[in-house]
Amino acid sequence: MKHTISIIVENKPGVLARVAGLFARRGFNIESLAVGTTEVESVSRMTVVASGDDSVLEQITKQLYKLIDVIKVFDIPGEQAIERELALIKVACTKENRPEIMQIVDIFRGRIIDVSEGAVTIEMTGDEAKVEGIEKLLKKFGIKELVRTGKIALQRGVNE
Amino acid sequence: MELTGAQAVLECLKKEGVHTIFGYPGGAILPFYDALYHEKEIKHILVRHEQGAAHAADGFARATGQVGVCVATSGPGATNLVTGIATAYMDSIPIVAITGQAATAFLGRDSFQEADITGITIPITKHNYLIKKAEDLPRIFKEAFHIARTGRPGPVLIDIPKDVQINKLNFKYPEKVNIPSYKPNYEGHPKQISAAAKAIQSSKRPLIYAGGGVIASGASKELTEFAIKCNIPVTTTLLGKGCFPETHELSLGMLGMHGTVYANYSIQECDLLIAIGARFDDRVTGHIEKFAPKAKHIHIDIDPAEIGKNVKIDIPIVGDVKTVLCQLIEKAATKDDHRPWLEQIVEWKKKYPLSYKNDNGIKPEFVVEQIYEATKGEAIITTEVGQNQMWAAMFYKYTKPRTFISSGGLGTMGYGFPAAIGAQVGCPDKIVFDIAGDGSILMNIQEMVTAVANKLPVKIAVLNNSYLGMVRQWQELIYGKRYSQVSLETNPDLVKVAEAFGAAGITVTKPEEVRAAIEQSLTIKDRPTLIDFRVAKEENVYPFVPPGQALNEMLID
Repeated sequence: MKHTISIIVENKPGVLARVAGLFARRGFNIESLAVGTTEVESVSRMTVVASGDDSVLEQITKQLYKLIDVIKVFDIPGEQAIERELALIKVACTKENRPEIMQIVDIFRGRIIDVSEGAVTIEMTGDEAKVEGIEKLLKKFGIKELVRTGKIALQRGVNE
Repeated sequence: MELTGAQAVLECLKKEGVHTIFGYPGGAILPFYDALYHEKEIKHILVRHEQGAAHAADGFARATGQVGVCVATSGPGATNLVTGIATAYMDSIPIVAITGQAATAFLGRDSFQEADITGITIPITKHNYLIKKAEDLPRIFKEAFHIARTGRPGPVLIDIPKDVQINKLNFKYPEKVNIPSYKPNYEGHPKQISAAAKAIQSSKRPLIYAGGGVIASGASKELTEFAIKCNIPVTTTLLGKGCFPETHELSLGMLGMHGTVYANYSIQECDLLIAIGARFDDRVTGHIEKFAPKAKHIHIDIDPAEIGKNVKIDIPIVGDVKTVLCQLIEKAATKDDHRPWLEQIVEWKKKYPLSYKNDNGIKPEFVVEQIYEATKGEAIITTEVGQNQMWAAMFYKYTKPRTFISSGGLGTMGYGFPAAIGAQVGCPDKIVFDIAGDGSILMNIQEMVTAVANKLPVKIAVLNNSYLGMVRQWQELIYGKRYSQVSLETNPDLVKVAEAFGAAGITVTKPEEVRAAIEQSLTIKDRPTLIDFRVAKEENVYPFVPPGQALNEMLID
């Protein structure tokens, strides 16, 4: 089972290595990881997608709390999560199929952010299903390069 | 007060009450050693290998309950500490390791003797620091000692680049620590305490399983009071030895792979297991699904991550063992409705006592018993790892905390001798015996210089069977007697080795000489004594629960 785990950490050098190392060492598999600053300057937020049953999640959480630089850890259950990731997709294109590509991008509410002779680059923001959906449809044109940020997430509503 | 970084380190150590450190100098730690040159209050013990410094700091910490401190230079000096730091980490021992580092301007350039020691030690320290600015020194030292000694204790490493040791700072030691993300929980939840007290009341076959956490928490007195009040038998882990007097009728000795028959049977039959400051290690549980199959589990531990890690717990209590036991003593009623259980245990004790056949030359078990008698059970015993460790655990009765010092979690050969040095430095009036094997003693034999130079009367009892004994035992019992690379026949004469270092040496080849040799070693007070006991070569440690078996499926002899 997949979990989206938010880890609030002190914004200090080496913290990422401590967290990532812990996952590797204890045999917890990371599927994606996104790190960035938050509304508080001294604090960063990591969003990790990892899989495992509830006991694995409990052990991950407890082990993370043992790291001195970790301030808070919480699992965001799927139904309460607002999740987004960003993908940049460079697709081969010709004069003939460009309209079809633009149409797909439109339907998915993506944006074309670069156009050149043989390719267009598309910016796609959305949840995992959306990003994977557009990727599937664009495949037949030839995807030259693709990069994803990894998921970031917040809980719906006002936190207590 | 304006100080250099190096001077500030010494001031920090003094503020933390440190009076002894173990170390070895080198290039990147030169400014620190230069400041130490004028130092009067802090005694530096010069070891002969950095691993010895880490183990000595660890032995000092285990014997005294204070934080042990070791110092090394950058690069190879720092990496030589690694085994010692890992040893302390696995057994939750508070040490602070200080390492020199290449100057900040040289970091990340593969400079001479540069090693990323903070990176290397992330998995084996409770926390570590690389100090980039001299003015951060006081805060970081304050935090490091606080982290090392509070909560679940553990090693902390502080890496100090050379220029940080040289640069000046305005020294002011912080009064308080402020780490918002580190707040260990000491008090047990009252609801859980009540639940535990209730479970104890309704149990018919209760059993206490106590570990090193009892000693770390300083809770031996409370544990004893609790066990006696509720009349509950106590088995301890290797690291728990001494937390409950093994001479008491409620004591079952050690459990696990080489546990007593009666302790292991009790585990398998109890209906309530009260784990206190212990972590359900695989050497303790054997086949984990078959461990204590009839029992409800209470687990008291300060580290929440230990609860439910290996075994499902019915009543978890997160808190400091001492505090929780005080709460529990108050809440739990006296108990006397489980006589049949206590009688059953007495019967097991009678039927399956710890024993050995005292024939055919010197038996290692006999040597340990003789050390026990000669020292009246008052010595600090350190051990190496293997058969010597198990015999030292089984045939010496420990009645006080901090008297049995052994590398349990990591199982580090070469630990016992430098740890004995640390223990002797910390407790100069105690008799300190390292019970060793002929394999492990050679792993840090260079520290004999340290013991001689500091006139430390440490005793080393080598149970010399010319084998890597425990590995040989496994090869005999599990690998069809294929003795692969375990013969140590080519070892040197250990007494000559000891004498070359300036220590005393005694060779013992007959059982009737054993006691006299021990007594003689006790009279030598100005230098270490190595006693080379030529023991029976193929003696095995029994009882033995083969790996992967349940605790009641043990080989008795």
